[in-house]
Amino acid sequence: MEGKDCIRGQIHSIESFGTVDGPGVRFVVFFQGCPMRCLYCHNPDTWRMGAGMEKTVEELLDEYRRNRAFYRNGGITATGGEPLMQLPFLTALFQAAKKEGIHTCLDTSGIMFRRERRQEYEKLFQVLDLVLLDLKHSDEAEHKKLTGQSQKHILEFAGALEEAGIPMVVRHVIVPGITDGEEHLRRLGKMLAGFRNLKGLEVLPYHTMGVSKYKEMNLPYPLEGVESLEAEEAKRVRKIILEAYSDFLLTNLE
Amino acid sequence: MRQEWNSFQGGIWEKEINVRDFIQKNYTPYEGDEGFLAEPTEATQELWKQVLKLSEEERKKGGVLDMDTHIISTITSHGLGYLDKEKEKIVGFQTDKPFKRALQPNGGIRMAVKACEENGYHVDPEIVEFYTKYRKTHNDGVFDAYSPEMRSCRSSHIITGLPDAYGRGRIIGDYRRVALYGVDRLIEDKEEQKAGTRSNMYEDVIRTREELSEQIKALKELKQLGMIYGYDISAPAKNVQEAIQWLYFGYLAAIKEQNGAAMSLGRTSTFLDIYAERDLKEGTFTEEQIQEFVDHFIMKLRLVKFARTPEYNALFSGDPTWVTESIGGMGIDGRSMVTKMSYRYLHTLTNLGPAPEPNLTVLWSTRLPRNFKRFCARTSIASSSIQYENDDLMRVTHGDDYAIACCVSSMRVGKEMQFFGARANLAKCLLYAINGGVDEITKKQVGPKYRPITSEYLDYGEVMERYNDMSRWLSHVYVNALNIIHYMHDKYCYERIQMALHDKNVTRWFATGIAGLSVITDSLSAIKYAKVKTIRDENGIVVDFEVEGDYPKFGNDDDRVDEIAYKIVKDFMHYVGTTQTYRGGIPTTSILTITSNVVYGKNTGATPDGRKAGEPFAPGANPMHGRDSRGAVASLSSVAKLPFKEAQDGISNTFSIIPGALGKEDVVMLDSISLDDLSFSMQPDCACCEPNLTIEENE
Repeated sequence: MEGKDCIRGQIHSIESFGTVDGPGVRFVVFFQGCPMRCLYCHNPDTWRMGAGMEKTVEELLDEYRRNRAFYRNGGITATGGEPLMQLPFLTALFQAAKKEGIHTCLDTSGIMFRRERRQEYEKLFQVLDLVLLDLKHSDEAEHKKLTGQSQKHILEFAGALEEAGIPMVVRHVIVPGITDGEEHLRRLGKMLAGFRNLKGLEVLPYHTMGVSKYKEMNLPYPLEGVESLEAEEAKRVRKIILEAYSDFLLTNLE
Repeated sequence: MRQEWNSFQGGIWEKEINVRDFIQKNYTPYEGDEGFLAEPTEATQELWKQVLKLSEEERKKGGVLDMDTHIISTITSHGLGYLDKEKEKIVGFQTDKPFKRALQPNGGIRMAVKACEENGYHVDPEIVEFYTKYRKTHNDGVFDAYSPEMRSCRSSHIITGLPDAYGRGRIIGDYRRVALYGVDRLIEDKEEQKAGTRSNMYEDVIRTREELSEQIKALKELKQLGMIYGYDISAPAKNVQEAIQWLYFGYLAAIKEQNGAAMSLGRTSTFLDIYAERDLKEGTFTEEQIQEFVDHFIMKLRLVKFARTPEYNALFSGDPTWVTESIGGMGIDGRSMVTKMSYRYLHTLTNLGPAPEPNLTVLWSTRLPRNFKRFCARTSIASSSIQYENDDLMRVTHGDDYAIACCVSSMRVGKEMQFFGARANLAKCLLYAINGGVDEITKKQVGPKYRPITSEYLDYGEVMERYNDMSRWLSHVYVNALNIIHYMHDKYCYERIQMALHDKNVTRWFATGIAGLSVITDSLSAIKYAKVKTIRDENGIVVDFEVEGDYPKFGNDDDRVDEIAYKIVKDFMHYVGTTQTYRGGIPTTSILTITSNVVYGKNTGATPDGRKAGEPFAPGANPMHGRDSRGAVASLSSVAKLPFKEAQDGISNTFSIIPGALGKEDVVMLDSISLDDLSFSMQPDCACCEPNLTIEENE
């Protein structure tokens, strides 16, 4: 307990009425810092470590408790940035939340996972109700191009979640010309079919709402000229992934 | 038991006028879904097409299609009016044809003339002469009694929107009584009340006797109104069609007599459902027929129109009538008051398409049946036309037979009424405190000549002290102006039929209002937590401010500033309570201004929060635009800290949100879709915009 108050997290911001990051109305904590440089990232202001505000577990939970009534069917979501960059703080936060019966949800790319730190992760898994895992691409080379990182650790993380039996919803952003190819989509569907802990799929159409942030930060926008994806198109894409998913499952059932 | 009441469960309601008792003994809560609802009939669709055509013509003509300039509107002033006599199941218009606005000069002849002139019509000169020379109006009475101070407060807009030249509205007649008892029984009751007044002729007894006589006359005219359309409404309604028609005649009489700022309907759906249930059971009508009656009734309510000046409509941003109908809520015995009729009312938004009027208001409780909640959500998303109010909060004070007048004013139907009181501009009051009562725009001495603040930088303690003095003064002038207004309204523009549909002893809420709450709150917070420098004109009047540094802003769930807001409301109500109110009215206040915040802002100079002169206020109790940076829950929490006990007339928080931000996927983790379904195109039952989908594996 003594340790809990000493740990400080680097927090980018709080959204007190989060409705798109996990079930119900949620208290969403945006962690500061991310090693990924996804071309379509709409929160580049969360990349740099050290730019956030410092918060203790108690301070965050205090804000949560004040408005607990709103979160009856929701809970707390850690997103960012990459929350796993601050694993000890994240674990402390979720441990404390779990003690009060709060539903915990982690929105992550999984990039920080290392097998050697498995024991540390075990502690987090014990207090984790749901993971929203952002799978960026099904192809290793493309993944590197898109995010600047290999997806090896991400897949290992998904495996660890499966082993631990933690429910997982996969999120996948569809960017025209990058992640909307049929071959990739089918491969992704097949990949999903391999996860026994998979509970849902969210197909997120690429949007250009992040552009203004790049401007403010004087950063070049990497996807200049790429247009937002139509909702109709997202539907089509989702269908392809799901067909591949069910094809794979059905053939394997037989 | 009377034959019309056959098969109803009896009770005290038979012996006395007591609609609530009738409802409680007879209504059937409905927990099912909307599957039973009927589509619009052909007649409904054709009538509605006709209405749309007329609406289009009205729009093309600049907002008014036709105005009556010769006949002074009374309950019986006009003959028959129809859209299409053969098709209409519920009948009656304010004048002899739809879309023709009535002439209602009792509130003030100048306003009535102006409303006509500015829309290109001319009131019959004889009528103008009559109301100028021979018959005094409410407006004349008020200005005869106003003090010079009140006049200057009014013209400098520190007190605004006062109902001194137009009808005050906000009174809901219990129109259900007409249907349940028939008019004869109501007359009898009023005769009895009159016979039972005290016998010493004090002023208040004389007034009561005169008013009761007026009420009786109005009830007799109401019967005549029925006769004009060929209905004898002296006896109780025999079925649901008659019940709706009787009830509507009661309401129609009210809007023929009064052009009030809000002419709300009450809480009628559960009452009417009792008749519908009986008719369904006895085979009198089918569901389709009953929905048709409801559709036609709501259609009539959509066509309520008043003659108003474009200026008035600008203040309220539209052509509002506030025909508010309260739906649902919980009974104090724990049963839900949702009935099939609650569904039918809301279903008109589908059958006739969305519309702002009547203002369908769901009295929301966490304990409402789940199916109804879902239905409301779906209808809301499709129509954006439902208002929700907190029944769990209001039921505590008003029980389970209250209704909303206008947008949020709650009152027990037929037992409580309200003296509507517009609002005081507290942001401006703060500027008066700083400038020693001098108006920052006109530079006139409007308030008392208290010592102004002379320092360059504002000191919180000093400003608060001056503000308290100034708001004490303001509330005193304000309440007294309202005393005059309501005295004169009772005298020259009495709501005869609406009050005839009330008990003898009514509770009167004396409503006041606050504008600019978040502006003054943030201003005081800036003074307290940042540095605020004054910028003065050549005469030393502060006309602008410079804020140095940051300060906590209302709307972020920050107690440092939220407590300031709390204190302002509490203190203001405290001051209001120190002035005697007309007719024993119980003081209350509201924090509303849904749309007029723009106009209030226009009339207010720069404020210490950094808001520039003329910039709009936030609506109601809303945080200032763009200053709530921590999301909706934090914003709502700040507003929720305001003392409802002190502001029982309502606190409004306008909250817009893009559908996508309300959860694209309330089904993630909840709905289960089996693997077998995967090959079909899947649309989980999700009301909010584009649903994504959830996979759950078969075991």
